[in-house]
Amino acid sequence: MKFIDEYRDPLAARKLAQAIRRTATRPWTIMEVCGGQTHTIVKSGLQDLLPPEVTLVHGPGCPVCVTPLDLIDSAVAIASRPGVIFCSFGDMLRVPGSSKSLFEAKAGGADVRIVYSPLDAVTLARANPGRQVVFFAVGFETTAPANAMAVWQAAREGIENFSVLVAHVLVPPAIEAILGAPDCRVHAFLAAGHVCTVMGFAEYEPVARRYRVPIVVTGFEPVDLLEGIHMALLQLESGRAEVENQYSRAVRREGNRPAQQRIVEVFEVGPRTWRGIGEIPASGLRLREPYRRFDALARFPVAQGQVEESGECLAGLVLRGLKKPQECPAFAVRCTPERPLGAPMVSSEGACAAYYLYGRHRQ
Amino acid sequence: MRRGKVDFAGVQKEICLAYTPEAKLGDYVIVHVGFALNVVDEIEAHKIFEALRELGELEEAQDGTDDRAVPPASLDPPGGTDD
Repeated sequence: MKFIDEYRDPLAARKLAQAIRRTATRPWTIMEVCGGQTHTIVKSGLQDLLPPEVTLVHGPGCPVCVTPLDLIDSAVAIASRPGVIFCSFGDMLRVPGSSKSLFEAKAGGADVRIVYSPLDAVTLARANPGRQVVFFAVGFETTAPANAMAVWQAAREGIENFSVLVAHVLVPPAIEAILGAPDCRVHAFLAAGHVCTVMGFAEYEPVARRYRVPIVVTGFEPVDLLEGIHMALLQLESGRAEVENQYSRAVRREGNRPAQQRIVEVFEVGPRTWRGIGEIPASGLRLREPYRRFDALARFPVAQGQVEESGECLAGLVLRGLKKPQECPAFAVRCTPERPLGAPMVSSEGACAAYYLYGRHRQ
Repeated sequence: MRRGKVDFAGVQKEICLAYTPEAKLGDYVIVHVGFALNVVDEIEAHKIFEALRELGELEEAQDGTDDRAVPPASLDPPGGTDD
């Protein structure tokens, strides 16, 4: 398909890999933020094309992975209530809660449905006025315009049997949390292209300046990622720390204004707990006042106790780029996509799932 | 809400165009969970391949210069320094 195939061209990839080898003279660690980029890197074997100077570490950009355990427990509790139709994107279903996953709740009789778009959940609510339809609004800035539109549409049409369980997270505060940690080893970031399609990249400029770190807005195909890595290396080798845009066919500095307006109308910024990382101030979105009646947590009070993570799962270290998936003793042994210990093994954007699927653990 | 039919390499889907008011028939859009987020900028899309062509031409030019500049006697032995 046009705009995809040419960005998977092996010859273009080899040329860029050569340029990378010529550019890198010292050891550098680059973090790709988005789990979609992690999957391209592992699937295409891009790490094998890179010289030993360049280390890629995988970032926290997997919304399913960073959704806190107690919120998954709340989702399971709400989904298990009689009369509720609980809607979610597919990869949330297998994520283990403290006692069970949404998938197991479904097997136990809960009406859990996979939808393609949050608007499908609104359609279900419209068609089932006697049922409560709850949508699990998980995601980064890329998904926020869709979820904001769903809530806005329900409000406009007066569909009061619709609500959302919000677990929205923001990328820039997570980058700052990683950079501010004493054990940070990241020299440059590849920012998530589609997050920036929505938000633009002006908000990354103060981060690049404050931490003297290059940030390159990068796409998702192999040629995109190699070009992004090359751009980051050119900055690192010449001592620059700027925000650059590799993904210019999809990202403008100002982002998508109509989408931003709808997000701001429905959501406001608030603190959020990231699974494996902890609470980060001003790192999430929550419903703004006129829309709070659509908050599923307010509509369906569920007991939210302190819950313990699996002691064996290293997801937190993987999400902060401190460990690679195959460095976890449980990886591919006691933790597999069929029987996961942590979310990164099941999400389509999870780093552990990428290494497992594309066989990096067999090398 | 403005909607349009988007073809994903053969699979067609009804997609919300509320965030891409500029999208017109025949445009390529980036779609996420049922919403078009952006019309692909065709001019920007070609830039990387132009840059790669230039890179290739530059390399050829450099290789040519190197051949002339380095006498055979001073070439690195096999297994010597990498480029």
